[in-house]
Amino acid sequence: MDDANLGGRADDDKVLEQAAEWRAAGRGVALATVFETWGSSPRPVGSQLVVDASGAFLGSVSGGCIEGAVILEAQRAIAERKPRLLSFGVTNEMAWEVGLACGGKVQVYVEPVE
Amino acid sequence: MRTATLGQLQADRQAKRRVVLATWLDGGDERLIYPDEPATDAVSAAALQAASDDRSGIVELPQGKVFLHVFNPPLRLVVVGAVHIAQPLSRMAALAGYDVTVIDPRGKFGTSDRFPGVMLSNDWPDEGLTAFKPDARTAIVTLTHDPKLDDPALAAAVRSAAFYVGALGSRGTHGKRLQRLERDGLGAAELARIRGPVGLDIGAKSPAEIAVSILAEITLALRGGPKTAKQAA
Repeated sequence: MDDANLGGRADDDKVLEQAAEWRAAGRGVALATVFETWGSSPRPVGSQLVVDASGAFLGSVSGGCIEGAVILEAQRAIAERKPRLLSFGVTNEMAWEVGLACGGKVQVYVEPVE
Repeated sequence: MRTATLGQLQADRQAKRRVVLATWLDGGDERLIYPDEPATDAVSAAALQAASDDRSGIVELPQGKVFLHVFNPPLRLVVVGAVHIAQPLSRMAALAGYDVTVIDPRGKFGTSDRFPGVMLSNDWPDEGLTAFKPDARTAIVTLTHDPKLDDPALAAAVRSAAFYVGALGSRGTHGKRLQRLERDGLGAAELARIRGPVGLDIGAKSPAEIAVSILAEITLALRGGPKTAKQAA
């Protein structure tokens, strides 16, 4: 593919494609989706990240600040076969560990694909 | 998400069909809704609205809290004139998420060597544009400087639903262009839709810089957010 076709939308397109490919290969897969944002969060509502059981991932739900925590929760969602709604931001007790440097808040839904 | 839902969603997106994925916050129940079909209940009515606003988000309905994830087909950019500026513009626009089509009836300009990965049309611009059916997620830019190519394209462009119509050319060139188009029967409101000289005034000189200024103006027309309103005030 020509490099002109890579980029913002292409990245988002690739997330669902990757999820489908990993499922077809029999891997455990979870999707993380930005459901709600407040203040200056770096990725808009609808942004997605796909994670497999080993922690391999593609896409983004923030500028990189919360991806680590989201990937861990995604692996748990795959193991427990249960969705979860995560909140990150200044009012969250996790803020000390993984708070958004931009000062925004974000809600991320993590669900297994099965 | 069910694997079957994911497969259907992928098929819809490949077919460039508008689709909204509704996910219930309690329990994760899900449903695909097609905004081009009439709404049958509160959820599909809300999904139609979300798709037309191009805005995903949570809605509270009698049926519970639902996240509506809008998957609209890609934005489109039509460039009339396979000229030098069209090369960086088509690449940058592709990076920004646009499906780019370059129209130029002069076969030597619009070649896949000069525009790798871009859809090319050698139609006459107004015919090419009409066949393309510009919608509210389409931007159109004319770059040829040649009235016999640009003028018919602009006449077709301002009568379409395109959210942005721009024409390359100096202030003087643009003034003469507007006079010609007025003689051809375009009204004041239609003429006012044409952005000319094209692009934000950032002092752009090179073709790539001019492409930046054009893409910036297109982005402003598309998004025009709160920061813009603040700066204008």
